[in-house]
Amino acid sequence: MEGLSKRRRVLDGVRRGALWLSAGLTCAVLALIIGCVLWQGLRHVTWELLSGRRSYLNDTNGILPNILNTLYIIILSLALALPLGVGAAVYLTEYARGGRWVAAIEFAAETLSGLPSILFGLVGMLFFVRLLGFGTGTLAGGLTLVVMILPVVMRTTQESLKAVPQSYREGALGLGAGQWRMVRTVVLPNAADGIVNGCILAVGRIVGESAALLFTAGAAAGLGGFFRALHAPSATLSVSLYVYVNEYGDMDTAMAIAAVLMVITLLINLAAGWTGRRLKKRKGGR
Amino acid sequence: MAHEKMLSRKRMEGAIKALFFLCGLTAVGAVLFISVYLVCAGTPAIQEIGLARFVLGDAWNPQQEQYGILPFLLTSVAGTGGAVLLGVPMGVLTALFLAKTAPPRWAGAIRAAVALLAGIPSVVYGLVGMVVLVPAVQRAFSLPSGANLLSAVLVLSVMILPSIVRVAETALRAVPREYEEASLALGATPTETMFRVSLPAARSGVATAAALGVGRALGEAMAIIMVSGNVANLPAGPFTAVRFLTTAIASEMNYAPMGSLWRRALFSIGLVLFLFIMLVNAALHAVIRGAGED
Amino acid sequence: MEAVLRTRALSLWYGSAQALKGVSLDVPENRVTALIGPSGCGKSTFLKTLDRMTEVIPGVRVEGEILYRGRNIFDAAVDVTTLRRQVGMVFQKPNPFPMSIYDNVAYGPRTHGIRRHGELDAIVEKSLRQAAIWDEVKDRLKRSALSLSGGQQQRICIARALAVEPDVLLMDEATSALDPISTSKIEELIAQLRQRYTIVIVTHNMQQAVRVSDQCAFFLQGELVEAGDTQAVFSAPRDPRTENYITGRFG
Repeated sequence: MEGLSKRRRVLDGVRRGALWLSAGLTCAVLALIIGCVLWQGLRHVTWELLSGRRSYLNDTNGILPNILNTLYIIILSLALALPLGVGAAVYLTEYARGGRWVAAIEFAAETLSGLPSILFGLVGMLFFVRLLGFGTGTLAGGLTLVVMILPVVMRTTQESLKAVPQSYREGALGLGAGQWRMVRTVVLPNAADGIVNGCILAVGRIVGESAALLFTAGAAAGLGGFFRALHAPSATLSVSLYVYVNEYGDMDTAMAIAAVLMVITLLINLAAGWTGRRLKKRKGGR
Repeated sequence: MAHEKMLSRKRMEGAIKALFFLCGLTAVGAVLFISVYLVCAGTPAIQEIGLARFVLGDAWNPQQEQYGILPFLLTSVAGTGGAVLLGVPMGVLTALFLAKTAPPRWAGAIRAAVALLAGIPSVVYGLVGMVVLVPAVQRAFSLPSGANLLSAVLVLSVMILPSIVRVAETALRAVPREYEEASLALGATPTETMFRVSLPAARSGVATAAALGVGRALGEAMAIIMVSGNVANLPAGPFTAVRFLTTAIASEMNYAPMGSLWRRALFSIGLVLFLFIMLVNAALHAVIRGAGED
Repeated sequence: MEAVLRTRALSLWYGSAQALKGVSLDVPENRVTALIGPSGCGKSTFLKTLDRMTEVIPGVRVEGEILYRGRNIFDAAVDVTTLRRQVGMVFQKPNPFPMSIYDNVAYGPRTHGIRRHGELDAIVEKSLRQAAIWDEVKDRLKRSALSLSGGQQQRICIARALAVEPDVLLMDEATSALDPISTSKIEELIAQLRQRYTIVIVTHNMQQAVRVSDQCAFFLQGELVEAGDTQAVFSAPRDPRTENYITGRFG
């Protein structure tokens, strides 16, 4: 029996090589980015930077305001997007019986998740900042991001609700519970891991977002507390990275911010991976 | 009494259902609102400038009242095309590796890497591109500056990788095992089977992945603003410093005076970008539907 | 009569579960050999081991020998792709690729390096004729194979297997997913193909085994209970377990 022809052997080798090369390159790029950011950035991350603020008057530099602004926007956006997204998901999986509205809602969520963030920023600026007169600040920025993260919360919650066994619902309804009582006491508690997973992914989006916030939350930052920040320019960490590069030309601080962002991204990924695996396990065990 | 109680409970159930329905409607409302708002904000400047001069004008120079966005348009097309040309093959091959041959341990590690790539903020991509890639491109091709279309394409191709890998891997995993068995039984090698049966069988998923990549590349702003040179040139070649549709909006919005034609022209660029994205989405849906009828 | 395939003390394990226990069977040339037995008796596993298709399942271990034309197919020097080209397989569920009818049949020859159009056209036509489906599809070779009925799809799969000019054809319950008319068409086809090919079929259907096979092998719990001339096995089984099975007392 003769083996593979030379042509086939060569082609096989080339194809296998291409597979390993692509996968290897993907990992190498990631390693390069992480390595570069951590190596060049971490040494500029000091306690002064994390706990101070940038000021020409006092000649200090710091990103505490940006860290706080990021937190404020996370709180604001999630406070709105969480009920809205979970509510929409509950409607789709528990109440709707198919039909045109379901298709419209799902299509809308898909469209929203495909829109570039710069367009959210543009419309957010025109509507929240100008028309409603909120000015640049965490309020306009947070509201803009609500629309952006809504599909994320909605989709993960939906997945999670679908994984709740039908028998739980039948059990509750069989005991005479109404639809709402059934949703509240049986469905939502059992879908909590998916909702948490959605929140973590949403936080990731918010932390990484810059284009949508540049004109809505603003590029400057002060330390005035949560309520001052609502209507005052409040750059988040990601926006401030851009500002440090573009306006101040301060690459060291930019790299330090990048390192902080990278650490946050790593933590979020770990958390999302952990909750995601729990969710998957529950789905598999059904 | 019991009847009344039942009636009130029924009313409450109806109210709660309506509330959840309203939650769902916010997404629909947001899409409609954004569409209408972009059209309203974007059309006045186009009318004032003239559609042909706006879209086909090859000079953008607001100080001299020149508002031609052809440079941005062509740059976005070229940049996206380049990113897709690099990113799609690499992403699809990585997905093929993950779905079909990777040893489980390797696959887990690579999947984690891909998820991490997806989570890295755009600005970090931009910064790393600026610090590592731009000087490297400058040195490799002995250019005065490495901030050009090529650098932007390279950054974009990495940024679109994760979504391509994820969608393509799901599609490849869904290929029925029977196809692959039939191919092996005919004497094809496992590698031949992957490329000649699994990949074609997953073609609609691969097309979806590519379209997703196009959308991502077209919409990215903050990463490429730092590596593309940010000059409104026609993209004459990979080494031209260029400005994209997205980066034009991002970099000029803070300088254009309130109420000026310049500022309104930037809204019009937003509208063009929006139409572009919707076109890509429509094409994607057509592909999926076409494959469904196959 | 020369045996094309012979197995010698063939045993196979899925992990720790033994699926075949020391099976020794000769498959004579240009004959139809039917493997019968209740579900889970190992007949399908045995068939798949004949062209080493069990190898793709993780955790499978094989002992013993399979001699194909005198040579052990587990030899390190044997190329598995060449073996599978010589020993073709048709599966239980019709599994045409999601491609055109033409591309399905041409897949094998193309894989083995035939590129010229004229040559491919001739192979495709010849294979489709041998699979008795040429007349039904000759005007729509570019249509997707998935647009055909189940019976037609299965004959496309047979044509696809024939296109690489195999020596032996293995058929794993190739009619169990089909309607009676398609089944009888494929049975007729088997009767024609036996003049040129050595055929091994797995079947659940006693009548089918009687109708199409020359030789018959009865498997039970991984063991080969008895093998011999089909008429003899069915009219005068030597082993009481065989008799119980073919008279319908279990299985």
